[in-house]
Amino acid sequence: MTTRTFSDVKVKAVDTVDAVVTTGPAAAAMVAGGIGALMIGLLTTLAEASEVIANALKFVKPVGPLSGKTILGVVAWLISWFLLNLALKDRDSNLSKAFTITLALIIAGLLLTFPPFFELFAAE
Amino acid sequence: MSITSREFWTLTHGMILGALFLLSFAGGLAGLYSLRPELVTPTGLKERLVRLRLGTSVMAIVAWLTVFTGTYIVYPWYRTPAPQGADLSLFPKSLLIANPNTAGWHSFGMEWKEHIAWFAPILATVVAYLVWKYGPELARNNQFRKMVIALFIIAFASAAIAGLFGALITKAAPVL
Repeated sequence: MTTRTFSDVKVKAVDTVDAVVTTGPAAAAMVAGGIGALMIGLLTTLAEASEVIANALKFVKPVGPLSGKTILGVVAWLISWFLLNLALKDRDSNLSKAFTITLALIIAGLLLTFPPFFELFAAE
Repeated sequence: MSITSREFWTLTHGMILGALFLLSFAGGLAGLYSLRPELVTPTGLKERLVRLRLGTSVMAIVAWLTVFTGTYIVYPWYRTPAPQGADLSLFPKSLLIANPNTAGWHSFGMEWKEHIAWFAPILATVVAYLVWKYGPELARNNQFRKMVIALFIIAFASAAIAGLFGALITKAAPVL
């Protein structure tokens, strides 16, 4: 597969992403952002469901479980960005698909951090 | 006319950094929206990209500063449990929870705010990265540009929700 660079593309408006070149890093960045959001959401709901998990997430005592949720969320984002970028950096990626996945991950993260939702899983 | 150190950090977190975030979002959104070949010349595009890169970077940095000051400085003061018999006005979380009419500010407002806020710096950083790396391509590719704008708006909306509840919670139970 020939990898085209941006200099090969004339300056004109295009309406689809199919002509975009070397989009792997863009896809990696977007999806990793979604993974970070999802991780924060997952940990929020898990902490609500389990006191053991909530206690384990108290990385910084005055901050409580929020410290663990957010530190691990940021770590998950950065690690997934690194790995995805490694895998995709020299490839073309379908940006529409990557964006759809990103949105799905963000929406899942939003739902999992929404109190009326995660409180459904509150430990007894 | 003086402010305590806690009031200083609460102001820094909510108003100063919040205002900077809002300004950089407004500029960034206008910049991204108008990054189109039919609207700017190649020279203009180059000039706009400089400002767009700066603006989106500032927004990401400010977002990180906001969540760090909020989570690691202000939030511990907010959530410190009140000792038995203490004046609850000095313990915002305990004050809110003690009254059924205000408990929702914590159980919904703070619980949502403290988590969703962290989406903002992550997504703002993604946007800044895409602008830096793909600047000229964003002008050529409408769909890609719209994706970046969408992520930019989601970053802003996350921060806006956190900021709104922060302001309302501070009104109900300020960190003194």
